[in-house]
Amino acid sequence: MIETESLTKRFGGLTAVDNLTLKVNDGEVFGFLGPNGAGKTTTVRMLSCLISKTSGEARIAGYEVGKEADSLSIRKLIGFVPDNVGLYDDLSAYDNLDFYGKLYDCAEAQRKENIQRFLTMLGLWEKRDVMAGTFSKGMKQKLAIARALIHEPKLLFMDEPTANLDPESAKTVRDFILELKKEERTIFLNTHNLDEAQRICDRIGILRTKLIATGTPQELEKALSSGGGTRKTVVLLQEQATDAILAGVRKLPAVGSVTAEGNKLEVALGDPEKQNAAVVEAIVKAGGHIQSMTIVGASLEDVYLKLVKEGGGS
Amino acid sequence: MRLSKSRIIAAKDFKTFRKKKNIIYSLVVVPILIAVLIPGVIGYVALSAKNTSRMSPAELVVLLPAFLFFYVILGSYLSTPIASYTIAGEKVEKSLEPLLATPTTDSEILLGKGIAAFFPPLAAVLGGSALFMLLMNLATKGKLGYYYFPDWNSAIVILLLLPLALLMSVQMNVIISSRVTDIRSGQQLGGLTILPFAGLYVAGELNLINLGDTSNLLIIAGALVVVDVLLFFVSRATFRREEILTKWK
Ligand SMILES: Nc1ncnc2c1ncn2[C@@H]1O[C@H](COP(=O)(O)OP(=O)(O)OP(=O)(O)O)[C@@H](O)[C@H]1O
Ligand SMILES: [Mg+2]
Repeated sequence: MIETESLTKRFGGLTAVDNLTLKVNDGEVFGFLGPNGAGKTTTVRMLSCLISKTSGEARIAGYEVGKEADSLSIRKLIGFVPDNVGLYDDLSAYDNLDFYGKLYDCAEAQRKENIQRFLTMLGLWEKRDVMAGTFSKGMKQKLAIARALIHEPKLLFMDEPTANLDPESAKTVRDFILELKKEERTIFLNTHNLDEAQRICDRIGILRTKLIATGTPQELEKALSSGGGTRKTVVLLQEQATDAILAGVRKLPAVGSVTAEGNKLEVALGDPEKQNAAVVEAIVKAGGHIQSMTIVGASLEDVYLKLVKEGGGS
Repeated sequence: MRLSKSRIIAAKDFKTFRKKKNIIYSLVVVPILIAVLIPGVIGYVALSAKNTSRMSPAELVVLLPAFLFFYVILGSYLSTPIASYTIAGEKVEKSLEPLLATPTTDSEILLGKGIAAFFPPLAAVLGGSALFMLLMNLATKGKLGYYYFPDWNSAIVILLLLPLALLMSVQMNVIISSRVTDIRSGQQLGGLTILPFAGLYVAGELNLINLGDTSNLLIIAGALVVVDVLLFFVSRATFRREEILTKWK
């Protein structure tokens, strides 16, 4: 759906996006992570034909970004949720959406149906005749999302859609994104929120002017662990860890170091999601009773912080 | 360029500023006020000086066409708040970014804004001047012995000069509003667009130019056509989406 090659944007002497080469597949939720000033907004603006690129190439559904003749086709195809909602305060929620529906040449029946569908999904249908200016931040954000969907775009750009939202509204928005994913829409999501990226994104790109890493959340976590071997499983037993249990676990081929302290056992593992089963088996066989198991170590957060730090050093 | 897109944008703007009470008041009240006040004063003076030489028919035929120029000035004056509201207002609400992300071209957006700022003042001054001519006819019939309006010159002023002058103001306002960052400075600078017409009016009163002369009026109209066409290209060249997004913070 999106393909960029060495996409670069400079503002005067400042390089905001440097040689971005990226591919986002059809129907994928792609999370674009990066610290403030990383160039996320700039990238999305280039891809939605709002600002020009300095060099490099980008294609959206085969259309060339930056080519005058293609830019209308691209804009017809995409939905855009800007970081500033930019609603018309003096128009009702309904009229805000209806105006955009008309600009996208949606027939009246389609506008009516979609306005009702999306406002209902986002819990705003009751408020459809209320002026958007009186809405709370969260309601405005939801309305801006509905606005971006009015013409049922194949590709949706969202620039930090859950920033400034309370946890409940943020969850509504996230659940909504997951709903959209079911409808096979491609979503390009700018976010600072690692937890959010991990929960709803199929793949993640980490940007700090340059693209530092891409992959599924699991791949990124794994990439860091295989380098440092920092992941482990913490096992709480119902009894003190016995030597038999320790020996049984140590015998497993995948296990690195094992330490025990009272009823707590820490087992270093390369791939805990896969190898925990064997650990459980070994403990049970040695007569232990497991209370709980937790995987700790390289989370996406560790990966992110490590990569962003390294990326900043270079 | 698709006219339908511009119409959609203009319709949206009509809807939003319908709720701006001060814009509506100025559109309705000022043209009516002038239409009532000036004939009122003229009628009063003419009546109270029935048998003297003041307000002689000769004086009246010089005064009356010049008054009509008020409406040319008024059109420009009324277009400023609307133009700056529709353009600088979008900046303030930051609503231009999503608007520019829709499949709409710069020209279509500009034209939409132009329509929104052109027709309401046009309707207001056409209505106002019609009322003015009617009342003025009643006020001066006694002195002149005939209804002065309409005549060919007033037709030129109202139907040709006024729309052309308004178009010029709207375009200048659009250009100004897309360069400044807030509504107020847009309005202050935009207020300057009445100067050329105020200048013409004063020149007429000072007898530097005869505004009752048909060929003079046609020359002014011709000049306005040229300026309007030039301004169209200037406004298109100055409305650059990238700058608008990256500089309007
Ligand atoms: N119009 C502009 N003129 C000059 N520099 C700009 C402009 N827009 C962005 N920049 C710079 O480009 C860099 C990237 O900005 P951008 O807004 O894309 O970052 P971001 O990743 O979206 O950050 P945030 O998380 O804070 O939204 C920043 O250093 C910013 O100062
Ligand atoms: Mg940003």
